[in-house]
Amino acid sequence: MRVWGWRANPRLVFGAFVALLLLVCTLFAPLLAPHDPMDQDLLNQLRPPVVMTGNDPAFALGTDELGRDLFSRLIYGAQPAVLVMVVGATLSGIVGVGLGLLAGYFGGWIDTGVSRVVEIFMSFPPMLIAIVLAAVIGPGLDTVIIAVVVIGWTRVCRVIRGEVLAMRELDFVTSARAAGVSHLRIIFHELVPNLAPLLAVLFGLEMGRAVVTEAVLAFIGFSSSDIATWGAMIAGGRSYLYQAWWITALPVAVIALSVLGLNALGDGLRQATDPLLRR
Amino acid sequence: MSGSYLAKRLLLTLPTLFGVIVIIFVLLRVVPGDPIAMMVPPEAGPEDVARLRAVYGLDKSMVQQFAIFLGALARGDFGTSISLKQDVFGLVVGRLPATLELALVSIVFSLAAGLALALIATHLRGRWPEWLIDGFNSVALALPEFLWALLLVLALGVLVPLLPISGRFDPAVELPLATQFYLIESLVRGDFSLAAHLLPYLIMPALALSLPLIAVITRVLKSSLQDALAQDYVLFARINGFSAARILVRYALPNALIPAITVAGVHFIFLVGGTVLVELIFSYPGIGNMLYGAAVYRDLPLIQGVTIAFAVLFVLLNLLIDLLYLVINPRVRHS
Repeated sequence: MRVWGWRANPRLVFGAFVALLLLVCTLFAPLLAPHDPMDQDLLNQLRPPVVMTGNDPAFALGTDELGRDLFSRLIYGAQPAVLVMVVGATLSGIVGVGLGLLAGYFGGWIDTGVSRVVEIFMSFPPMLIAIVLAAVIGPGLDTVIIAVVVIGWTRVCRVIRGEVLAMRELDFVTSARAAGVSHLRIIFHELVPNLAPLLAVLFGLEMGRAVVTEAVLAFIGFSSSDIATWGAMIAGGRSYLYQAWWITALPVAVIALSVLGLNALGDGLRQATDPLLRR
Repeated sequence: MSGSYLAKRLLLTLPTLFGVIVIIFVLLRVVPGDPIAMMVPPEAGPEDVARLRAVYGLDKSMVQQFAIFLGALARGDFGTSISLKQDVFGLVVGRLPATLELALVSIVFSLAAGLALALIATHLRGRWPEWLIDGFNSVALALPEFLWALLLVLALGVLVPLLPISGRFDPAVELPLATQFYLIESLVRGDFSLAAHLLPYLIMPALALSLPLIAVITRVLKSSLQDALAQDYVLFARINGFSAARILVRYALPNALIPAITVAGVHFIFLVGGTVLVELIFSYPGIGNMLYGAAVYRDLPLIQGVTIAFAVLFVLLNLLIDLLYLVINPRVRHS
């Protein structure tokens, strides 16, 4: 039965398309971008995209308040976004899944400890933690990644813990334990493969959230200021909303598309890997 | 049992609050970054730095600092803002009403719209309104309030300029009000022309905050309405010849509300957290917006004050939701 095609799984196709697009922009930005994203051209400020009057064909999507090419900035902006999303979501996944497995499988004081810490972290708004953390550490891409991991692992951990808690009472785990299989082997050979569909969804969600966190922190000015970021584009465009709304609209649209695509990718991967959903 | 339950519940909030305070303290002290170095002009000597460190108590040991910090908090002393040179407690209390008003209006929006959409989708299930609502839900849920706020600004503030995009009121208009709860006070006083002036400033920020929550409420309420409609008492009502709309509202809805309110309660908290970014985008003068200024200037006492204010708000909101649950759910009430 087909599970990978457009008809069978449109979310997966859409998500994979968005992910691929982001990846291509990240890897081949110097080849794809017609201009240097930081290059200022003060004679060509606030140019509109080519579909509007007053455009300059050299700048397909127009220019910002410093005459920088918006198309090139959007392409280069994928680099920090993809870096933060891949590294951030992977690290949150490793920490969250690790602690969630330990807490759910072993229970007892480990579970109490982990759950209490998760609870305390969850009694803050996640963006508040990210902003405060970034303010304290100081701006930079590593700051953004740290913030993504600090707010991301708790969400993963909570879901995985709950899932493992329910799973450890199921027959395939109890029988493995009765047969004398080691804890480590049960975790990696019994639990982890069964968590895979859930992990796909969580990973997609966390990548989407990481893109937003990166945009927010760059918007506030806590990401690296030497590179083009979508968040910084929005922050710059905000002062020119009435003269040049497209400066803000373009990165907002790109971020929204990325978030929707990454969420769809997670959902689609689950649909493709979860035997219960394959109908 | 309500009295003892309340006491127990109140007591349980203390460890969480303590944990929050410890995290804030550690986060702001142990992580590298010297606020004093940021404050002093370049020509200041090491003795100036040392004197300032002593003024802010930064020369003492961590444990001593924590004890002093806790003692001061207990007295309501949150220190002095480094960037604004004012009492932090006063600053936070002065800005808090704006945030609370925004959160309250958003919650009202979410509940009203969620209820309406769920009822419409259930009443017209299998037809196009249901599909439309389901489609709206998945998009509303996927995008965070940061993007909604920007999309709304672009759509309703710039491209079709219907609503103001920043602030709480037009500075040219006089506000003869005693409290910072502008909208609520003007409504209480019966000054509807002032309320009509203030409301447009709240519509977009409140909508940005409530869109994800509207989707959550609609989804949960719709599925619990469907469960309720499958019950025997609904069949009985139908046999008695009551209209579909009456059955939906009078019989199914009261039973379906409990799970919806429980889920909505959890999301109120996310909504309050979302005010941080929404206030920033709409230049709305609440505590979230103040946090932004504090973060940019590395104003530790102010960051601390705002963070603790949010944490207290969260804990109180949780408590309130538990109590609400107690009131609406007869099974919990009578156990």
